[in-house]
Amino acid sequence: MSRKRRDILLNPLFNNNPIAFQVLGICSALAVTTKMETALVMAVALTVVLSLSNLVVSLLRHYVPTNVRIIFQLAVIASLVIITDQVLKAYLYAISKQLTVFVGLIITNCIVMGRAEAFAMQNGPADSLLDGIGNALGYDAVLLATAFFRELLGSGTLFGVPLLTKVTDGGWYYPNGLMVLSPGAFFFIGLLIWALRTWKPEQVEEE
Amino acid sequence: MSQQRNTTLYTIGFTAAVCVVCSLIVSTTAVSLKPRQASNALLDRQKNIIQVAGLIEPGTDPDREAIQHLFDQYMDPVVIELATGTEVDIDALTFDQTEAARDPARSRDAPPNPAGVKRVPIHGIVYRVVKDGTIDKLILPIEGKGLWSTLYGFIALDGDARTIRGITFYQHGETPGLGGEVDNPGWKARWKARKAFDERGNVTIEVLKKEAGPPEDDPYHVDGLSGATITSRGVSALVRFWLGDNGYKPYIERYNASRSQ
Repeated sequence: MSRKRRDILLNPLFNNNPIAFQVLGICSALAVTTKMETALVMAVALTVVLSLSNLVVSLLRHYVPTNVRIIFQLAVIASLVIITDQVLKAYLYAISKQLTVFVGLIITNCIVMGRAEAFAMQNGPADSLLDGIGNALGYDAVLLATAFFRELLGSGTLFGVPLLTKVTDGGWYYPNGLMVLSPGAFFFIGLLIWALRTWKPEQVEEE
Repeated sequence: MSQQRNTTLYTIGFTAAVCVVCSLIVSTTAVSLKPRQASNALLDRQKNIIQVAGLIEPGTDPDREAIQHLFDQYMDPVVIELATGTEVDIDALTFDQTEAARDPARSRDAPPNPAGVKRVPIHGIVYRVVKDGTIDKLILPIEGKGLWSTLYGFIALDGDARTIRGITFYQHGETPGLGGEVDNPGWKARWKARKAFDERGNVTIEVLKKEAGPPEDDPYHVDGLSGATITSRGVSALVRFWLGDNGYKPYIERYNASRSQ
């Protein structure tokens, strides 16, 4: 893999993370991260949608009339999201019920359309696919890290398996109630951005 | 290419083609996955019925066979005429109340009601939980508007047709964390042991905007959900609607009369 391609794939992980650096896709990151299970399914769903939408948009980029390009991107993204939602309802019913509207809301996730417009419209299909996967991985990494701490500290479990025995179950751990509420995710993502910008000071915006 | 792709004709043609292709793909997926989704939804409904009946612990996840086994073992569903409360000869296993409510021939307009129910089916289903030959619980379907969505669920009454044993919603689109807390096992547990009717048989159960007392002191009230006033109000209204005169009250009165004989 050439250096350029590797950068396209890996840059969104730490250097240009969609959530931590561009601060996009926060809504779903707050909503689905109380449990690892829902976060993982959401991460997979977004990865599928983002990489395929980038690929399709890039393949057709020379044929799209410029004045309807946004509508075109939206049609592609919406179709992919509906298909993903339908597949989840057919094969992972219990989880799709917990994810409720949030799979459908991938349509409005700024990361997906942002990458289609900013990258896939200008670059070839292979690069666009990699860019899609890379940005999805950046989103997934933050989502799973958030879910890991929220589930562990908020419920004392990981993937539903009890690790810290709660006081209510006769153990020693007092669950942190803040972590199961949405503000818990805000605090955690805030801390994450702080840590990332301490490690990579070039991400700090100029005053 | 770049010149001709911005002509009006090309734009219309391109948009039309994209629409046709996208809708073909989406509808093919939706139609081909529909049977699987329907069977999931049915299983989920049965799971909710046996859960609200207290036949499985909340939070446990029995498999397909276990659910169907428990359902067959304890459930004695019967279809009734809502207005009179009499049993009718309709196969309860294939009866779909939601579909009946949509069918103009099998439903009527609901009177104006705070639960947002538009159509009432002529017939309704009652799941009787039979243990050792006696009726242990009655499980009734309930539905009505919350804030964003229609909530579909079940309420379980004790064999005395007065004490609430459980409530559950198997489908809704309320805000996760706020109205979505109707799924919270802690909140659902607060319905238990409350009384749906007073001594004279009037529907008295109500969801408050604040906390209710313990069931023995404050039997007719349930805690509201914080941050979800409209969902709480909707749940209150829909429970009262389906236990009331337009819902299952005629059946419950008949049931009580037959029990006291």
